[in-house]
Amino acid sequence: MRAERERSRVTGMAKLTFNGGIHPYDGKDLSKDKPIKAVLPKGDLVYPLSQHIGAPAKPIVEKGDHVLTGQKIAEAGGFVSAPIYATVSGTVKAIEPRRVVTGDSVMSIIVENDGLYEEVKYSERKPLEEMTREEIIECVKEAGIVGMGGAGFPTFIKLSPKEPEKIDYVIANCAECEPYLTSDYRRMLEEPEKLVGGLKVSLKLFENARGILAVEDNKPDCIEKLKELVKDEPRISVKELKTKYPQGAERQIIYATTGRAINSSMLPADAGCVVNNVDTVVAIYHAVIEGKPLMNRIVTVTGDAIANPQNFIVRIGTNYHELVEEAGGFKQEPVKIVSGGPMMGFALFGLDVPTTKTASALLCLTEDEVSRMEPSACINCGRCVEVCPGRVVPKLLAVAAANGDEETFLAHDGMECCECGCCSFVCPAKRHLTQNIKSMRKLLLAKKKK
Amino acid sequence: MSDLMKVSSNPHVRSKSTTASIMLTVVIALLPAAGFGIYNFGPKALLLILVTVASTVATEFAFEKICKKKITIGDYSAVVTGLLLALNLPVSAPWWIGVVGGVFAILVVKMLFGGIGQNFMNPALGARCFLLISFTSIMTNFDCDAYTGATPLAALKSGESVNILNMVIGRTAGTIGETSMIAIVIGACILILFGIIDLRIPGTYIVTLAVFVTLFGGRGFNWPYISAHLSGGGLMLGAFFMATDYVTRPITKRGQYVFGFLLGVLTGIFRIFGPSAEGVSYAIIIGNLLVPLIEKVTLPKAFGKGGEKA
Repeated sequence: MRAERERSRVTGMAKLTFNGGIHPYDGKDLSKDKPIKAVLPKGDLVYPLSQHIGAPAKPIVEKGDHVLTGQKIAEAGGFVSAPIYATVSGTVKAIEPRRVVTGDSVMSIIVENDGLYEEVKYSERKPLEEMTREEIIECVKEAGIVGMGGAGFPTFIKLSPKEPEKIDYVIANCAECEPYLTSDYRRMLEEPEKLVGGLKVSLKLFENARGILAVEDNKPDCIEKLKELVKDEPRISVKELKTKYPQGAERQIIYATTGRAINSSMLPADAGCVVNNVDTVVAIYHAVIEGKPLMNRIVTVTGDAIANPQNFIVRIGTNYHELVEEAGGFKQEPVKIVSGGPMMGFALFGLDVPTTKTASALLCLTEDEVSRMEPSACINCGRCVEVCPGRVVPKLLAVAAANGDEETFLAHDGMECCECGCCSFVCPAKRHLTQNIKSMRKLLLAKKKK
Repeated sequence: MSDLMKVSSNPHVRSKSTTASIMLTVVIALLPAAGFGIYNFGPKALLLILVTVASTVATEFAFEKICKKKITIGDYSAVVTGLLLALNLPVSAPWWIGVVGGVFAILVVKMLFGGIGQNFMNPALGARCFLLISFTSIMTNFDCDAYTGATPLAALKSGESVNILNMVIGRTAGTIGETSMIAIVIGACILILFGIIDLRIPGTYIVTLAVFVTLFGGRGFNWPYISAHLSGGGLMLGAFFMATDYVTRPITKRGQYVFGFLLGVLTGIFRIFGPSAEGVSYAIIIGNLLVPLIEKVTLPKAFGKGGEKA
């Protein structure tokens, strides 16, 4: 049964997808036709030492040190961690706690930009053909690459599973299912060779794997371009996915492209898959082929409050204020500012936070749909169950969470929630289902760690 | 720009659908059946509908006012209850039946159990059954200006033949809103089109009943007999508008099939083996009571559950 379904997914023409999901207003028209534009930072750059999952990085510079663009300023603080590089030349002004997008204060290195952008000399790279597996992984590790779709998991760990020969698929997650985001779209359109190049690098690590470029079907121009590029690549194929949120969630994209289902306690590698987001794959290309560390990312600055929505290539550490200015400022007073997409992004108190490795968008909205509508009693309509990609019962979980009933929460598979937000989105009673479930999960995960 | 922005947990966007918009759609979907009832039974039907709706809305308002709770009549759920109850009354019923039923539905079945979302059975049906038991002769008197004599299902039960075409159109004796299969199905199409209900419960219910009467009705696969069962006795109204009531049906997908099946079997038993020719109302409220049990055994399996770590 499973093998059959898998075959039909690999060969069949049917649109690939998962069960559940929603179709929110996508808002991509605001910025999808704006070419990627480089932004040079003017003010200080802030590098939080925790921009990834795992141990914070350890600073290797001191206050007063002069640093160059591309110079390592913090090294990995443990196995699950990632180094950080300066993205401008200038002077280390301070190492102190700064506010980040989640609202937390995180120890950060602050660099005063001297405006010269003097760059370090990158060491020459061997051609890819001559590199060993270990060298490639070391490259990715040293470049400080983490999952740039939002999770921030160090990429070299994903690329070094216990049994690399058991990996069947290396998936480039090009779904970009979050509304408003167009950064991956622009990248695919403007630099598809780098995406394919990065995927080829990853494929070199897994001899038995095929590469999949998984794109939602609302981006036909990208699909066409990528298909053209890989037509002579026997190991790489482009897969069209049905446009539906959260098609780009890791578990959902694995299921859609391969028919394999994993739960929260499993890793993609347990299903023979490695999944990386577009920007991450491109970063792998930069690191392995060009020898450059992770220094910038594409950020979509958009929303109905922004005068001129844009896709910027931003040096990590750049203040959000500068991005808004570059996009022409506000044409209307924003009420809510979100770092990331509207479904899973973080709402910000203010703009004074730095761009990090995982910041895909800055969304400025003139209306807050959440506070506008008061939650009312649950009418048991079942829509949350209908849309839940994790196939749990959000209504029951939210009640258990609100009551602090850990036992019921666990019994109803609360830990299988991926916090995608579909249940809160569809709820006609406007209940904060995702929020309730999320806080309980956080609590239980913290307990487990102890 | 103010200093601090609004913050909240994700997601930051919400669908347009609200409790009020859903309930209003249900009201609109009930209008064809109500309209036909008024056309069929005359202006007295309209009066009864208005009195009943007024009494459900007023009861909810008064209860919340007295208990100093948030007023929730703006969500139209009391209107739905009133309308459904009125459509389940015979036109010959005096106006105070609508008032008593409306008060019972809202006060006893809904508000005392915690208001919207907390009632354990459909308020309109709870009230109908209360009225049926308390005022049996009024509730089963289907004589009116337009029709005299038994409802089609009662006639069928006593061995008479019935005119199926009239039943489908609705030109028969019965409660105000149950007679016209066409009007109800038009309303059901509205609900399905707007994504308010799906066919899981009504479909399973109707198919199960059809199979049940075929097996146990004593007439084998007799198409007119089966059609009469399906178009009569408020089955369509019950299947599409009352069995699908969100609060009192299982929330799980598999549970909804079980629920529909159960209703079909219960209705079949009541109709064929019981003394009454109807049975939809009782089947649904008994089904309502079993919902927690059904939900418990039909919880979905989480995505990827049972998968193993390599």
